Amino acid sequence: MPQPERENYLNKHYGVWSWLLTTDHKRIALLYLISITFFFFIGGFFALLIRLELLTPAGDLVQADTYNKLFTMHGMVMVFFFLIPSIPAVLGNFLVPMMIGAKDLAFPRINLLSWYLYIIGGVMMLHCMLTGGVDTGWTFYAPFATNFTNTKIVEAALAIFVAGFSSILTGLNFVVTIHRMRAPGMTWSRLPLFIWAHYATSIIQLLGTPVIAVTIVLVACERALHLGIFDPKLGGDPLLFQHLFWFYSHPAVYIMILPAMGVVTEIIACFSRKRIFGYSFVAFSSIAIAVFGFLVWAHHMFVAGMSVYAALVFSLLSYAVAVPSAIKVFNWTATLYKGSIHYDAPMLYAFGFLGLFTIGGLTGLFLAALGINVHVTDTYFVVAHFHYIMVGGAVMGYLGGMHFWWPKISGKLYPEGWARLAALIVFIGFNLTFFPQFLLGYMGMPRRYYDYSHMPEFQILNVLSTAGATVLGVGYLLPMIYFLWSMRYGKPAPDNPWNAAGLEWKTPSPPPTFNFDEEPVVTWEAYNYEQLDAPSKEEVPVAR
Amino acid sequence: MPDSSAATGLHAEAHNPALLHHFAEPQQQRDAASLGMWVFLATEVMFFGGLFCAYLIYRRLYFGDFAAASKTINMGLGATNTAVLICSSLTVVLAVWAAQTARRTLLITSLIITMLLGLVFLGIKGIEYREKFVEHHVPGASFSFDKVPIPGHPGQYADPHHAQLFFSLYFVMTGLHALHMIIGLGIFLWLLIMAWKGRFTPEWHTPVEIGGLYWHFVDIIWIYLFPLLYLIDRHP
Repeated sequence: MPQPERENYLNKHYGVWSWLLTTDHKRIALLYLISITFFFFIGGFFALLIRLELLTPAGDLVQADTYNKLFTMHGMVMVFFFLIPSIPAVLGNFLVPMMIGAKDLAFPRINLLSWYLYIIGGVMMLHCMLTGGVDTGWTFYAPFATNFTNTKIVEAALAIFVAGFSSILTGLNFVVTIHRMRAPGMTWSRLPLFIWAHYATSIIQLLGTPVIAVTIVLVACERALHLGIFDPKLGGDPLLFQHLFWFYSHPAVYIMILPAMGVVTEIIACFSRKRIFGYSFVAFSSIAIAVFGFLVWAHHMFVAGMSVYAALVFSLLSYAVAVPSAIKVFNWTATLYKGSIHYDAPMLYAFGFLGLFTIGGLTGLFLAALGINVHVTDTYFVVAHFHYIMVGGAVMGYLGGMHFWWPKISGKLYPEGWARLAALIVFIGFNLTFFPQFLLGYMGMPRRYYDYSHMPEFQILNVLSTAGATVLGVGYLLPMIYFLWSMRYGKPAPDNPWNAAGLEWKTPSPPPTFNFDEEPVVTWEAYNYEQLDAPSKEEVPVAR
Repeated sequence: MPDSSAATGLHAEAHNPALLHHFAEPQQQRDAASLGMWVFLATEVMFFGGLFCAYLIYRRLYFGDFAAASKTINMGLGATNTAVLICSSLTVVLAVWAAQTARRTLLITSLIITMLLGLVFLGIKGIEYREKFVEHHVPGASFSFDKVPIPGHPGQYADPHHAQLFFSLYFVMTGLHALHMIIGLGIFLWLLIMAWKGRFTPEWHTPVEIGGLYWHFVDIIWIYLFPLLYLIDRHP
């Protein structure tokens, strides 16, 4: 096959400017991939230092102030510069137009602008970190952030403000693209569930992000211009800040997890060779999560001095938001039932996601229960819970998706054996890191302490956690190494290495600049695996 | 959206330089742009929504102080600005109509008048800000708000702290609104240049339409800001 000669989006143009001025959604996805990987390793470096400090009960590696900055910068970098853009801006950017049969996103130049905004925000954040950093926690709580700390609040706030607009523009592009750019025959009920998940994510990005944008503008104004919005001295209400902050930052959790759910849905359908069980339930549960997700924010504030009645309502609503997530988990497992399951690397990550997300979700219910919440609030139980969702859920989904679509993105196959090993290492490392934290939290170890020498009995679990973090770090380095390796030495990927359904597999790997050689017309339902496998049942579609 | 040019749009498809490569037909491109602006305006509603929420909570907590502080801002200038913005919305509608019906001179005139009205608004806003500076009503170290009576409560004076909250919100809300006006002026300057060059046709004038949507939105924000900030407890 003369595949290397074929013109595609990677070899059509060469040179730095053909990348920096590109409006091709696939190239922008790669720009995002490089930038978020960079920030992932910065955030990971901070995490490593945090874990090293906690190896011993005494505060002996860094100063208390430095430790505060470490967990703050870890949170800010990981949330705003890695997790939020991770799947939407990389895989979503690459796949949303391809999955619906479009040539590009609706606004290619705005797509490029959003990457530049991300980079500007990122450079500001780097500058902020290198010149002192911030020590308030990623939550910027007033009045500490507005009146007391001497660290670089304004610069960090502006960095997140700018990065927030990047996120808004990505969401805007997706919503318009999904509404207006679908190929003929691609009806809403034929959309891949990845698209539904991104649609729901975009709604949250569009309606939530502006609220945190204006909130951090208020914080910046309060510090820089000495206005007083949340200042208790003036009768301002710090709780109002928390309400505004969590109004975005709780739904932001769903910005991170919904796209991963979309990825996992695609992978599970493909590797169990079945139509997804309960398509419309999975689709509408994404929308339900987006809607309910906006109504539960105050469960972050149960001990902050809210009215008991408000707390009861928010507790109940927090239970309600678990229902659509549970619907998804049940539908995924029902899809696996009697499927012909293939244990390739993407599927291993999807399995990891299923288990870890379920643990993260169920411990979320613990936290939604008022009584337990009061007991474990601000302990490592909370830290473990949200890392099971963010890392065990979102990052697992991201890595699974990267493996699943890497042949399409790069045109090369990654080494399957190494990939399975890496998936295993990530799974083991993750659980070793974060499961002990559940126990620590339940025993009462508070979060954000750099010195626990008055409770040395916690050391053994902290040592386990730090050891796990090291394993996890290796697990994350491996894919980066073999992905880079495969770009040069990997075997050329066929157009559809997994024999997967979905329009993105019906075009060459890597795709041409306009995605499809001729405009696709869709006449089939999503996940028609029974049909795909019908003619040649003896051939098992596995890429090695 | 008053748009009946779909048929002519298809006609011009073959040689329409404004049709971007990734759209199948001009109608799809127009719909996408229009939906994009509406979605963007939804985010703007949430952006200002956070401020309105903060404002309403404090106003409920400190109603008397907010009423007293509100009385010190210049209702006449605020009302004038409201009228100015409503007129500018009219000229925006005229501009869209002129673009639809290929009236180039009217389009250019309407755009210029809109921008002039926008500048008048910002000028009046500047005068109001200056008044607040002179009266030491700008939050910060030099803020002073002594012995200002609470309307309807003889003998009671407003708490200067709470008044400072009011003015903080006043400056942030009107300031962000003014920033949106300035961005709008930039957009309209670009529209004016494009119109000057004769780029807009009845088949393709999407920028005028969506620029107009943005302008109307900024006007509507003011329509809410004016009563909320200027007209607290103003009855005689």
